[in-house]
Amino acid sequence: MNDKTMTTTRFAAALLLSVAGYACSSRPAADSTAAAPAVPAPASAPTAAPAPAAAPAPSAPAIIAIDGSSTVFPINEAVAEEFQKANKAKVTIGVSGTGGGFKKFCAGEIAIAGASRPVKPSEAELCATAKIEMIELPIAYDGLAIVVHPSNSWAKSITVAELKRLWEPAAQGKVMKWSAVRTGWPDKEVHLFGPGVDSGTYDYFTKAINGEEHKSRGDYTSSEDDNVLVQGVSRDPLALGFFGLAYVTENRDKLKPVPVDDGDDKNGKGPIAASQTTVRDGTYQPLSRPLFIYVNKAAASRPEVAAFAEFYLTKGEKLVNDAHYIALPAKAYELALARFKKGTTGSLFGGAGGSQIGVTVEALLAREQ
Amino acid sequence: MSDHDTRSRMPERAFFALTIAAVAVPLLVLLFLLVIVTRSGLTRLGWDFVTSYPSRHADHAGILPGLVGSLWLMGLTALIALPLGVGAAIHLEEYGKQSRLSRLIEINIANLAGVPSIVYGLLGLGLFVRTLHMGRSVLAGACTLALLVLPMVVMVSREALRTVPMSLREAAYALGATRWQTIRQVVLPQAYPGILTGAILALARAIGETAPLVVVGALTYITFVPDGVDAPFTALPIQIFNWVSRPQRAFVVNAAAGIVVLLATMLVLNGAAIYLRNRLQKKRA
Repeated sequence: MNDKTMTTTRFAAALLLSVAGYACSSRPAADSTAAAPAVPAPASAPTAAPAPAAAPAPSAPAIIAIDGSSTVFPINEAVAEEFQKANKAKVTIGVSGTGGGFKKFCAGEIAIAGASRPVKPSEAELCATAKIEMIELPIAYDGLAIVVHPSNSWAKSITVAELKRLWEPAAQGKVMKWSAVRTGWPDKEVHLFGPGVDSGTYDYFTKAINGEEHKSRGDYTSSEDDNVLVQGVSRDPLALGFFGLAYVTENRDKLKPVPVDDGDDKNGKGPIAASQTTVRDGTYQPLSRPLFIYVNKAAASRPEVAAFAEFYLTKGEKLVNDAHYIALPAKAYELALARFKKGTTGSLFGGAGGSQIGVTVEALLAREQ
Repeated sequence: MSDHDTRSRMPERAFFALTIAAVAVPLLVLLFLLVIVTRSGLTRLGWDFVTSYPSRHADHAGILPGLVGSLWLMGLTALIALPLGVGAAIHLEEYGKQSRLSRLIEINIANLAGVPSIVYGLLGLGLFVRTLHMGRSVLAGACTLALLVLPMVVMVSREALRTVPMSLREAAYALGATRWQTIRQVVLPQAYPGILTGAILALARAIGETAPLVVVGALTYITFVPDGVDAPFTALPIQIFNWVSRPQRAFVVNAAAGIVVLLATMLVLNGAAIYLRNRLQKKRA
């Protein structure tokens, strides 16, 4: 190397160092993903009326930050995609799970949290301490299907009591064979598959079947990726698993859904198969659950966030179907929209008792009216 | 005599076969992966795929934000990790060689290289995102990845510096060069190829990382590319993981195409580094 190239190299090295030094130390504290400053919003504030005078006119398009449940993600994505076609605001969506989403929500980092279960009291408390108010909006139904291998000839239906016998914490190491679930079923091992314990799906299933959120046997094959569960059940003739209905619809040839009997004839007699219809009309119980978005009330006073939420509740129905979930009845969207416009905070669906099981969304929303 | 010959050649041949197998097995596995992934992703691969934003329609969805995000991350990670790592290596190897402290640091760096990446993610969340107020930006992601690969850069650079014969340094000193002149004009040019190898390894590791980025706050759906170091971002592996976990099978095809893009990106980055290394080697010769 001659002297000239040496000088260049030295210069380059110095440049690199200074860039790195700058990069890691000084940076403006402005956080583009943070929710709007807590503007005190009057109770009836969030309407769609664009208020250019009130909003600080940003040169870059405003960002609506969403995070939360991976189950709700496909719906959020569909709505965001359509919303952005008609609006200038940009939507970003992260997937850190329902619980992770609430953590960011209560830290004021995001405007909207997607949740596959209602907010827990502990999470609501966290938000309250941070002075962050939430508007809870149900946006769709999801069915949790019970599935077995296609060659399974015995499990033609299953009752909630049998599911409990199979999944309750006491079953661990004891209920290991199909014959222990129902007499007459074969004396063969049963292999269980289900979502990981950090998922909202697991929380809802345990609450609906075992009666207590987050309590089940631990000796089952779990995965955060539902496609892995699909693979597992489809390759194991002795398997039984549970996961979202969308994964069953897409894998009809590999899986056999099992109709579920909740023993309550008021919402349909006998075992009922999970389908768009039975989830929507409330007969597939107790494994139908509502999905939610939670809107930061302060952020809802930003015109783009209000516009997004209203777009969600007025145009969402078709998009929910596109995303392979089940749309709420039109009445429920109307009631939810009214709830948003009023700016009603707090949780209807969660509360101290955990998820409300077996109540339709419109009934709950109407109760509030 | 001939009996003795064959006997003595036996271990030689066996060893040769073993080394062939050692080369062939990983290559075949890689080839297998490449063929499968390319075949299943072939229908989606194309210019549109690379230049489109994600979508709920699998056949319209593209990987642009992930690709650009990953390139930003790689660039910034290299800018941060290489000067720091090489600087640390020079200090430890050339200046502080004998001290007990430097040996202690050496052990710690070796240990840091084995820390799970998720731990670096948590560190990045606490340090860069929260304490240094970088937010969930591409810069915070790059700083986290830089920390993650730093031990590797330091260790490989030290090895490279160690291979420079002591006699060269002594010759430089004998000519009256100062320590700094010796390092700059004699040691570093000799060590560059080795250091670049370390950089390749480090970046190859960083481009595949997902967990720390998710913790730091990488997004899954974003329809614009970063316009600065403080912009929100996503990365290729995150987009691929999202597609793999979708119920619709068409998204799995997208995931396969995404993997091909990821491999191609890595290949280009490594190719550039190898080209640079060869040029430096030639210049030195």
